Amino acid sequence: MIDAVGNPQSLLLLGGTSDIALATAERYARQRPLRIVLAARPSERLEAAAERLRSTGSTVTTVSFDARDPGTHGEAIEKAFADGDIDISIVAFGMLGDQEKLWTDVEAARELAEINYVAPVTVGVLLAEKLRKQGHGHIVALSSVAGERVRRSNFVYGSSKAGLDGFYTGLTEALRPSGVKVTVVRPGHVTSKMTEGLSEAPLAQTPEQVAQIIVESVRKGKELVWAPAQFRYVMSVLRHLPRVIFRRLPF
Amino acid sequence: MGSVKDEQQTLTGWGRTAPTRARVVSTPDVEAIARTVRESGERGVIARGLGRSYGDPSQNAGGLVIDMTALNRIHSIDADRGVVDVDAGVNLDQLMRAALPFGLWAPVLPGTRQVTIGGAIGSDIHGKNHHSHGSFGNHVLSLDLLTADGEIRTLTPDGEGSELFWATVGGMGLTGIVLRSRVAMKHTETAYFIVDNDRTADLDETLELFGNGSDANYDYSMAWFDSISTGPKLGRAVFSRGSLAKLEDLPKKLRGDPLKFDAPQLLTFPDVFPNGLANKLTFSALGEVWYRKAPKKGRGLIQNLTNFYHPLDMFGEWNRAYGSRGFLQYQFIVPFDAEDELRRIVRLMAESGHVSFLNVLKRMGEGNRAPLSFPTPGWTVTVDFPIVPGLHEFCSRLDEIVLGAGGRLYLAKDSRTTPEMIQRMYPRIDEWRKIRDSVDPDGIFTSDLSRRLAL
Repeated sequence: MIDAVGNPQSLLLLGGTSDIALATAERYARQRPLRIVLAARPSERLEAAAERLRSTGSTVTTVSFDARDPGTHGEAIEKAFADGDIDISIVAFGMLGDQEKLWTDVEAARELAEINYVAPVTVGVLLAEKLRKQGHGHIVALSSVAGERVRRSNFVYGSSKAGLDGFYTGLTEALRPSGVKVTVVRPGHVTSKMTEGLSEAPLAQTPEQVAQIIVESVRKGKELVWAPAQFRYVMSVLRHLPRVIFRRLPF
Repeated sequence: MGSVKDEQQTLTGWGRTAPTRARVVSTPDVEAIARTVRESGERGVIARGLGRSYGDPSQNAGGLVIDMTALNRIHSIDADRGVVDVDAGVNLDQLMRAALPFGLWAPVLPGTRQVTIGGAIGSDIHGKNHHSHGSFGNHVLSLDLLTADGEIRTLTPDGEGSELFWATVGGMGLTGIVLRSRVAMKHTETAYFIVDNDRTADLDETLELFGNGSDANYDYSMAWFDSISTGPKLGRAVFSRGSLAKLEDLPKKLRGDPLKFDAPQLLTFPDVFPNGLANKLTFSALGEVWYRKAPKKGRGLIQNLTNFYHPLDMFGEWNRAYGSRGFLQYQFIVPFDAEDELRRIVRLMAESGHVSFLNVLKRMGEGNRAPLSFPTPGWTVTVDFPIVPGLHEFCSRLDEIVLGAGGRLYLAKDSRTTPEMIQRMYPRIDEWRKIRDSVDPDGIFTSDLSRRLAL
């Protein structure tokens, strides 16, 4: 149960090796050790992430989860909830990919769409069912400012995040009557393993900074947040720019 | 027989934190309650009274909650013996109004009359008279408990099933649902108190006045203390101590109707308060007024129930003043020999920046046989904190000091501590679990509290 001062007792990270998700888990664990379930493809990195979190005094288990295989998602979610209620579920998996390859290679485009959009949707449906039954809980979905106004330089990725964003924004409303909360987080550029090798964009931030925003937003029950917060205003301007100007912007 | 109301509801405790969703069934029909319990699903069931516990003991996320307030008949009042036979959903306000004409007074009265008999038993509540009369469970002659197997057992404190009786007293509703109870009331000639007021200048004086034996002169005793002022004013207090007045104590104009239920309410707070209104500035000002309006030394004052006992009842729904983020009530007890820790905590509170207006200090008397009952001989302190960042860290620090002093937290107030803390603070908890497991092996009776604290 999430207590009166906002401490969760259990956490599910879908995308159990995501830098943002792990930073969020560490932040919670620093307040108070808790039960953490990491769902990801089995790998050394996953084991290392579990070890890292165990050092906070938390109880950590792993569940095999492959975003590209929607048929197995039901079983993975079932296992994730097997040890009891999950207070906060973070949908954090995703890929960035080579943007030029993505719009010219059918297989690459399909894979990204499956990981970044199809899987969050199937997982969202499964989580919603679990959380409605449990009568409480909070979902955090990692969207992106790239989905808010899709641009030429990364539009395949941006379009998948736009889809995810729309789904979880709608889910926020659909779950409201059942007492389950959803927070959609739209980070800008985050320096993480996903963006390794890319040049740093304006307002770039660390996974720890995004984690701090996630923890605060969940505590306050915010439903839509930007990371950093200033992006809200930046995007509000960008969203309304005429195309002729927008396409000349240097990013 | 009666109607059955059955709907999904979002519930919180009095602190208005941690809302969860449950199916809430309300009916005066005992058969229907028993049937509903038998059919409760894997998320279990818990009884709820008037929702005055501060945290989550009367919530059950995703499960079933039985709203007991519909089961509220007073079956009999035996004026001579001073015994009432009541349904568990009867509340103390209702009971007192009905019993006063017979010269009967509630044996234990907490800070509000808006609690049901079932809740009073489940939390083993206490009041200003704990040092003289103990907690609520001490006055229960028998109770009817609906257990997980669908049976209704009549339990008494000393007869067969006394183990289950005492596991139910203070058992937070986790042994079953109390349906009905016989309670020993207190005889009284009037509905008024004869009261002495004292004001102390600092914490030393406060503890001295409590410790000098004067408490024994009063049935009811407590002190409001200042937890905001630092420096020499730290821990200054307004003492309010008294006993039920005898007829001869009353002024002439009250003697005509000495048993009149006299508990005025001024207004009900609307739900419009912003977060942050409860701050150091407003609370310091309120505290100053509270302190100054008390006479330095009042003797033999005649006061009605609201004046003496329930000043907060002047304002209905006062919890709304804390805004939507809500608040928590932190109540702990430490043994008498832990005066140093008590001082340390009061100092920490004043220095912390977490502000509380409702601060109660009381000397508690002997505890009872219930393994999870809160009161033990010692000092109990109650404070209300608005929910703000950093409160978790602060309360966790207090937890450690309380535990280190051999003290404990009150489950009816808790909304944020850990299973490990409760396990260590209640040395008889495993004994309680054994009794609970024997009568509810599948854990049908479940609440958000029991999940959160792994009870």
